Amino acid sequence: MSACVNSLGLPGRPQDTRVVVAMSGGVDSSVTAALLREEGYDVVGITLQLYDHGMALRKAGACCAGQDIYDARQVADRIGIPHYVLDYESRFGQDVIDDFADSYLRGETPIPCVRCNQRVKFRDLLNTARDLGAAALATGHYVRRVAGPDGRAELHRAVDPARDQSYFLFATTRDQLDFLRFPLGGLTKPETRTLAERYGLAVADKPDSQDICFVPDGSYADVVAALRPGAVEPGDIVHVDGRVLGRHRGIVHYTVGQRKGLGIGGLRGEEEPLYVVRVEAPTRRVVVGPKRTLARAGVRVREVNWLGPDAAPGEPVAVEVKLRSAQPPAPATVRLAGDGTAEVTLDEPQFGIAPGQACVLYRGDRVLGGGWIAAAA
Amino acid sequence: MAAYLDHNASSPLKPAVKAAMGEALDLVGNPSSVHAHGRAVRRAVEEARTRVAALAGTAPERVLFTSSGTEANNLALRGFPDRRLLVSAVEHESVLAAAPEAERVPVRRDGVVDLTALEALLAAGDGRPPLVSLMLVNNETGVVQPVAEAAALVRARGGLLHTDAVQAAGRLPLDMDALGADLVTLSAHKIGGPAGAGALLVADGLDPAPVLRGGGQERRRRAGTENVVGLVGFGTAAALACEDAAATGRNALLTALRDALEERALAAVPQARVIGAGAARVGNTTCLALPGVPAQTQMMALDLAGVSVGTGAACSSGTVRASHVLSAMGEDAATAGSAVRVSLGWTTTAADVERFLDAWTAVARRLTPGAGRTDGAA
Repeated sequence: MSACVNSLGLPGRPQDTRVVVAMSGGVDSSVTAALLREEGYDVVGITLQLYDHGMALRKAGACCAGQDIYDARQVADRIGIPHYVLDYESRFGQDVIDDFADSYLRGETPIPCVRCNQRVKFRDLLNTARDLGAAALATGHYVRRVAGPDGRAELHRAVDPARDQSYFLFATTRDQLDFLRFPLGGLTKPETRTLAERYGLAVADKPDSQDICFVPDGSYADVVAALRPGAVEPGDIVHVDGRVLGRHRGIVHYTVGQRKGLGIGGLRGEEEPLYVVRVEAPTRRVVVGPKRTLARAGVRVREVNWLGPDAAPGEPVAVEVKLRSAQPPAPATVRLAGDGTAEVTLDEPQFGIAPGQACVLYRGDRVLGGGWIAAAA
Repeated sequence: MAAYLDHNASSPLKPAVKAAMGEALDLVGNPSSVHAHGRAVRRAVEEARTRVAALAGTAPERVLFTSSGTEANNLALRGFPDRRLLVSAVEHESVLAAAPEAERVPVRRDGVVDLTALEALLAAGDGRPPLVSLMLVNNETGVVQPVAEAAALVRARGGLLHTDAVQAAGRLPLDMDALGADLVTLSAHKIGGPAGAGALLVADGLDPAPVLRGGGQERRRRAGTENVVGLVGFGTAAALACEDAAATGRNALLTALRDALEERALAAVPQARVIGAGAARVGNTTCLALPGVPAQTQMMALDLAGVSVGTGAACSSGTVRASHVLSAMGEDAATAGSAVRVSLGWTTTAADVERFLDAWTAVARRLTPGAGRTDGAA
């Protein structure tokens, strides 16, 4: 038993292995902490305070701890682990919320959760975990970390396709992946809830978090307007053939592929339904057209994180891609450019490819990498 | 064995205090009742009042019992609505938040209030008589403030002086009249008494407006049935603290332990600094900054090693922010956010100090930028 490797693939007995668990207060990360604790690991729970709940809810003077932090603390007490709350408000504000607002104002449709994983959880929290002498940082994400033939970790989709969060984790670097663990990647959500009940966790019945944590009631445009006063201004809705069809309340209300809420329904003379084809930030124009004008097969991607086998610049690599989180993967070819960008060519055109969303590259269950959609042609 | 080195946050209950409180639990009745039972309880409250008064060298009729030092500070700052309020920039949050409109009196780099600035502020009066709040000992640095000198300046302008003395009691001889203070805040759990009992000492002739109404307790200045058990504990702890402050033995021992701790910490980690070292300080407190290393990371690592210390201002969620005290002393953000507070007290042994030094030195060497830290992910 001397050279044993524990369940996290680390040398040493669980009780000699410190693991930091990122605890959000939800059922997934709570079960993650409880599982590792039951296995005997030296578990330390950390919850990040990312934004002022009072501010997000437009309530003055509501200091600090929201319900999620309270829940995380209760779970930590219940399972008997030390628990700390770190104030990442200013970091989250700069690296996630500001980026979110600026992206919308550029006419994009951002995914702040990816930025949060990339710039807050897997960078600063991961470093704090190292500072505390931890051997790993575990999270409650539904994704699998699989040891590859070369010994380095690979990122794979979760066993439960309905819960798979790999799309939101494409920016995880190899170094981060080496330090990360995802104990729930092999479980389904009902299995997780059953475990939460078995551990007697009060959060067992807590609803899944919806949408973006700092946006109450899904009102993205209100948040952008509050963050960038005066930046949300009306403009023209223009048909791809050049006709001005009407006015809109601000480009932040629109995303490529959107059909509803254009405010131009029932226009006389339009035989086909109209979709948002393009959002032009400099002129504040929202360009609409029939569905066929949305078709795109070429996608330019920036800030590429590559986790696949070595590929030379320009070398075609066969992949499956996801261009929206809720969409099934589609066959395509990717060519890495060597400067952090890539060109993706879809076998079949897709409708509604929105700049600012992620383009995530798969081969089967394995995540080969991904990047941000810069443009589609 | 865990080491508790956070006495400035709360000092453990002393055994004699616990015993006295245990007996007081058997008291029957309400101290406001005029029957024999009530009178017996009243006697216990008044004995506690006498003992708390003695801690500040003053008379029992000056003691207004409260639920906490925070309540006493609020009463002092909100109790005189016609006065112009001035507070030092390093006051406890319970003073700063009680008087958000108050003008801030700056401190010097060593943490001592700038008396020249105070004098200038007083001279530039707006016609209202001033009320100045200046703590006797700072909770984060242990720096002793020149309260008597400030009081003389304030008195010359027809003003009142309030001093939050919760961190001074038991550590310095305390004499309300010698300080020239009109209002003094005390707290039980900083001196080995229970949390939930505090006092505002009020000079003769002053009448702070009540915050709580609905009963005649504390001479109509603070309604609500007295926390009898807590006050008995407060009185007992005050009597013991009087002995501590008067006899040099116990405090001198703590000062020697503290000085050795600082000397060895600085020798082991040259990047570290003791904040306020240039000023007069009480002997139990060390504010140790490790520029660039977040205080919270140090606190967590020490906690995981079984050593409990304090950090600047903790929010309700337990997050730690940069210390307003250190910022007011002109320290940059990297320093103000990097200080842990080590505070010794009546339970502290040399072994506790050893345990702290072992754990803190290991943490500091691991995390100090440029001292061999390995930073994994970019």
